Amino acid sequence: MKVHTYERAFLWLGAIVLVACLVALLYGSLGLDIHLPSRAGAIDPQQVASTPPFDQPGVRQIGPNQYEAVMIGRIWSFTPAVIEVPAGAEVTFTLTTPDVIHGFHVEGTRVNMMLIPGQITRNRYRFERPGEYTIICHEYCGVGHHTMYGKVIVK
Amino acid sequence: MRATPTVLDPAGFDLPESQRRWLRWTIYIGYVALTAGIFHGLAQALSYANIDILRFFPGLRGYYQGLTAHGVANAIVFTFAFSNGFLPLMTARALGRPLVGGLVQATCVVLLAGNLLVIYAVVTNQASVLYTSYAPLQAHWTYYLGLVLIVVSTWLALVNMLVVYRRWRRDHPAARIPLLGHIAVVSYVMWFLASLPIAVSFLGFLLPWSLGLMEKVDPLLTRTLFWFTGHAIVYAWLLPAYVSWYALVPRQAGGKLISDSYTRIVFILFLLLSIPTGFHHQYTDPGVPEAIKAVHAVLTFGVFFPSLATAFSVVAALEIGGRARGGRGLLGWVTKLPWGDPSLAAQMLAMLTFVFGGISGLINASFTMNQVIHNTTWVPGHFHLTVGSAVTLTHMGVAFWLIPYLTGRGLWSRGQALTSAWVYTVGVLIFARGMISAGLAGMPRRTFRVAAAYSNPDWDWGGMLTGIGGTLMFFGIAQFFIVIAMTALAGARGAHPKDVPVSETLTAPASTGWERHLDRLGVWVAVTIALCVIAYGPFLAMYLPARLVSPGFRLF
Ligand code: HEM
Ligand SMILES: [Cu+2]
Ligand SMILES: [Cu+2]
Repeated sequence: MKVHTYERAFLWLGAIVLVACLVALLYGSLGLDIHLPSRAGAIDPQQVASTPPFDQPGVRQIGPNQYEAVMIGRIWSFTPAVIEVPAGAEVTFTLTTPDVIHGFHVEGTRVNMMLIPGQITRNRYRFERPGEYTIICHEYCGVGHHTMYGKVIVK
Repeated sequence: MRATPTVLDPAGFDLPESQRRWLRWTIYIGYVALTAGIFHGLAQALSYANIDILRFFPGLRGYYQGLTAHGVANAIVFTFAFSNGFLPLMTARALGRPLVGGLVQATCVVLLAGNLLVIYAVVTNQASVLYTSYAPLQAHWTYYLGLVLIVVSTWLALVNMLVVYRRWRRDHPAARIPLLGHIAVVSYVMWFLASLPIAVSFLGFLLPWSLGLMEKVDPLLTRTLFWFTGHAIVYAWLLPAYVSWYALVPRQAGGKLISDSYTRIVFILFLLLSIPTGFHHQYTDPGVPEAIKAVHAVLTFGVFFPSLATAFSVVAALEIGGRARGGRGLLGWVTKLPWGDPSLAAQMLAMLTFVFGGISGLINASFTMNQVIHNTTWVPGHFHLTVGSAVTLTHMGVAFWLIPYLTGRGLWSRGQALTSAWVYTVGVLIFARGMISAGLAGMPRRTFRVAAAYSNPDWDWGGMLTGIGGTLMFFGIAQFFIVIAMTALAGARGAHPKDVPVSETLTAPASTGWERHLDRLGVWVAVTIALCVIAYGPFLAMYLPARLVSPGFRLF
């Protein structure tokens, strides 16, 4: 029956496309060294303000052209609300939250993470172009959710 | 075309009116929820177009209260109410036996009770936590209990189907279960397994916590349990639509389903692969190792495969129908299909939108690429092309024969029924185009844009399309509701279809050989559980015991 020949061809084609996509993903992650947030440690959300490094939020240099931005997302702001880094800097974002789940999306970049009480969130990104990047909390966090934002200034 | 054997009992099926009535009411609950939900849907779409109509909503205390109602009413109540009526009916029809009357009633009553509790909690603004119920935002206990009852109603519907199956099996110890019965049962068995993690989350954590019996919860664990269920839930919405596409639509188009075994394999693959993929919703979460996320990415690509098989099979069945009606050439059969039949037209439009839904879904699933679109309006753009159209339009199309069949009244206006489906389709395509493009520019989802403290001109065009498309969607559903209400109240008595439009298959089920194993539900359930253990076991082993760190927050 001809239908089955076509069906088999279609399914093979589909399978090959899916595998090709997976190979591309593998390259996109391992080959280009782009990673998802992963395990970065646990924290007691009620002790955030006194737990290093969150007792001193802010940007600090950790190597040549490498910076760490330690930030806290809480209802309904980020601390610090604005951070500054030089163009070309590789920034490691280290974040957590003392209250509810928040989002952290640096617009126009792939810095896109969830802040979950009890967990530390971390990811790296290199800012090549100078400019102002808005940080948006993109997870619902209560009535003031749409007022929660911050800024990365790249000079 | 050669005559094909069918294992359906051609005579002797007559569902008693007492059962039809309860099935009808179960499904009506869903239509009422759908219609209630689209009012705030409209407000949301217009908010993204920078137009605020919320102040015209009496009694509503905010955007997120309405968004909670929209998500629960449309994605949970509407979909499961439909399945609770449709799948038992399909089972009864396939096996030629009535359902268990008491269970039909219990399904409806428990569903209704769950709804009333949820409505109470949401309307009094004690549950504006959105349908995902992420802790530590804490809702009133009636909200969690109501959702649990809605899930329990689906279990009751499944028990009903299994009892009927068991009785049928006793009388036919050696027969293959008819295809329609097989795929209906597999759909809800999958959902039953999938619903267990959320039951653990709600009964073990959120409900006692909201009652004050437990002081703190673990936000990452409850979130993970939610998505353990939460990916499979989208297949629980989709599979009843697939049941119609595979087993009914070919008949409605004048064609035949091409293969019995392929169809069963597809549903078994969905059973196996729908559940162990939930971490693709948590790619950007902390606390979950990247390697585990990668395993779920691969499995997610795997569950795309049976949908590809569906695309082929369903379109081939339509082609057979179109050619039988005189369609010639490569695509000539498309125009020969009975597009004037609102039931079929709505479902073919559903398939069309699902092409885009599937492609955008594959992009969501694409691991690190997810970081570009996670929690932007891309995501609602995507799922209004899946649950919000492939499923919704199919439910609309099915309703155009099902409600007449269940009420004994003819469809109230074929023309209006057709228009409602087309208006909704055009609307959802414009809507999704807007949401998706603005999402690529970073427009956040779940956000009251009109009042947001930030803005971006790059969102304006997409936001406007969202508003225009959303308005059309609103009118499409409103018209659908009128058609259904008028059918139930004023449709011509006796002008209804006398039977479920069950398709024949080109190749009959084999009575010997490996294909018989496709019917061994117990074995497939065991394999499914094994896959879930592989997918979630390492994470749970590494993570447990629960880290109870968060007290409740009521920020609404
Ligand atoms: C008139 C028709 C509809 C319109 C205009 C509409 C509009 C929208 C909009 C604009 C959003 C995004 C809101 C936000 O993220 O802030 C949304 C969310 C959503 N919609 Fe719809 N929608 C409609 C129908 C449906 C249907 C039929 C379904 C499902 C069967 C559905 C399911 C959902 C779900 C699950 C969400 C996510 C809620 C959340 O993020 O918590 N919608 N809708
Ligand atoms: Cu927020
Ligand atoms: Cu999913």
